[in-house]
Amino acid sequence: MESTEKYTSDEMMSIAAARQLRNNQICFIGIGLPSKAANLARRLHAPDLIMIYESGTLGAKPTRLPLSIGDGELADTADSIVSVPEIFNYLLQPGRIDIGFLGAAQIDKYANLNSTVIGDYHKPSVRLPGAGGAPEIAGAAKRVIIMLRQSAKSFVDKLPFVTSVGFGSGPGDRRRFGLTGAGPTVVITDLGLLEPDPDTKELVLTNIHSNVSVQKVIESTGWKLRIAEKLEVTEPPTATELEAIRSLVSAGE
Amino acid sequence: MAEIVSLKEAIGSLLNDGDTVALEGFTHLIPMSAGHEIIKQRFQQLTLVRLTPDLISDQLIGMGCVNKLVFSWGGNPGVGSLHRLRDAVEHDWPCPLEIDEHSHAGLTNRFVAGASGLPFAVMRGYQGTGLDTYTSTVAPISCPFTGEELRAVAAINPDLSVIHAQRADRKGNVQLWGITGIQKEAVLAGKRSLVTVEEIVDELDRRPGDVILPSWLITAVAQSSGGSRPSYASGFYQRDNDFYIAWDGISRDRQTFMSWMNENVL
Repeated sequence: MESTEKYTSDEMMSIAAARQLRNNQICFIGIGLPSKAANLARRLHAPDLIMIYESGTLGAKPTRLPLSIGDGELADTADSIVSVPEIFNYLLQPGRIDIGFLGAAQIDKYANLNSTVIGDYHKPSVRLPGAGGAPEIAGAAKRVIIMLRQSAKSFVDKLPFVTSVGFGSGPGDRRRFGLTGAGPTVVITDLGLLEPDPDTKELVLTNIHSNVSVQKVIESTGWKLRIAEKLEVTEPPTATELEAIRSLVSAGE
Repeated sequence: MAEIVSLKEAIGSLLNDGDTVALEGFTHLIPMSAGHEIIKQRFQQLTLVRLTPDLISDQLIGMGCVNKLVFSWGGNPGVGSLHRLRDAVEHDWPCPLEIDEHSHAGLTNRFVAGASGLPFAVMRGYQGTGLDTYTSTVAPISCPFTGEELRAVAAINPDLSVIHAQRADRKGNVQLWGITGIQKEAVLAGKRSLVTVEEIVDELDRRPGDVILPSWLITAVAQSSGGSRPSYASGFYQRDNDFYIAWDGISRDRQTFMSWMNENVL
């Protein structure tokens, strides 16, 4: 049932991302937007989503949204806690993770991600936090879901730094780089959804959220954006979805 | 066998200017009080190793103790930037900061190699990323059996590795539980090691999933109650998320940062 209530573009983005997740999927989760969307999915249609955080917490079931990937809330509610070498070498690298769920500061048209620097590496105008677990999650998860707000500054023609590989410079690069997972299957933004073209691997706009114009998406993309022939409109949030997202309590609140 | 000493004595005797020092703890059990002791004793030109630099690295960098940082994720989790780290990288303040930057998996495997007494560890990763270009401690290697191209990451063996744990007994056996991150490997990779603990007890009663580091693997143990704050120690105190949020304001401005350090650490 469609809600008559108003909602923000951030709420639409989190809800659209949560809808991508299914019960019992094993999901390796980045902090921030992905963590919020995954916890929302657990409260809606995917109560048995298996959430893994890079701190080593397997099957965490937090009642509050964690501020950090290593919050006590995640450890206390986990099925198991393993060491950091185990999470990367035994769980991620061999391909045991269904979905890698990542955010980033910037993305290009082949879904490569930057979370390292803006500007020159040695004299950056903005030093970002860096890689964390993202490069190997992007490489080894069976598939990758990406989530970030869309603007001409974040959707860029050329990344100053490739932190995590999507499709490199096109088809064949993942195999060439020895990346075992299939790579990104969808990018969820506050304006719509983009999916890689099966042949060229270039991101194509396949969905726009309701109340968003195609022109707005084009203006918020730093390259000449391809639009799907059959462009779908995202279902607006239901009352149930809005109630669930608004009842998520962050750590410390 | 580990010697049980004061934190002041431990840092004073185990660390030297110019050393490579690892301070490990993955969100949980970060050795904050040991970092503060390094600042108080005015150590300089350190190479600091931490997967997730966190507030303690921001403080060590801002106070000019560090001239090289080996790391894999340098932010304030859930809050934003580490402003002192950024100021050092972007504006050389208070001194230039060289960086050796990895992914978590890469730096983790450097500790694993160091703990194993091997010159490097092998992993699948880095290819196609900028890290492969800018980091000198990663190199291509071919599998001798299949020919697959993989990456070697150089072992890291800090002069001193410091971790914080919940408990030790009077013989210096150490017990930690909850998220234990890379701490065991950090201790094993270190040429010397120091463990600060919440409490020293007669007997270690076992906890589910705990890690016991026998006394003979550790150089020194020092009691430091609350030694992880504002990080947390499972079973003792929770993470002070409000302080992590407040740090953004304290650390953003050089003067505010220096005043805070003078009042609260020095």
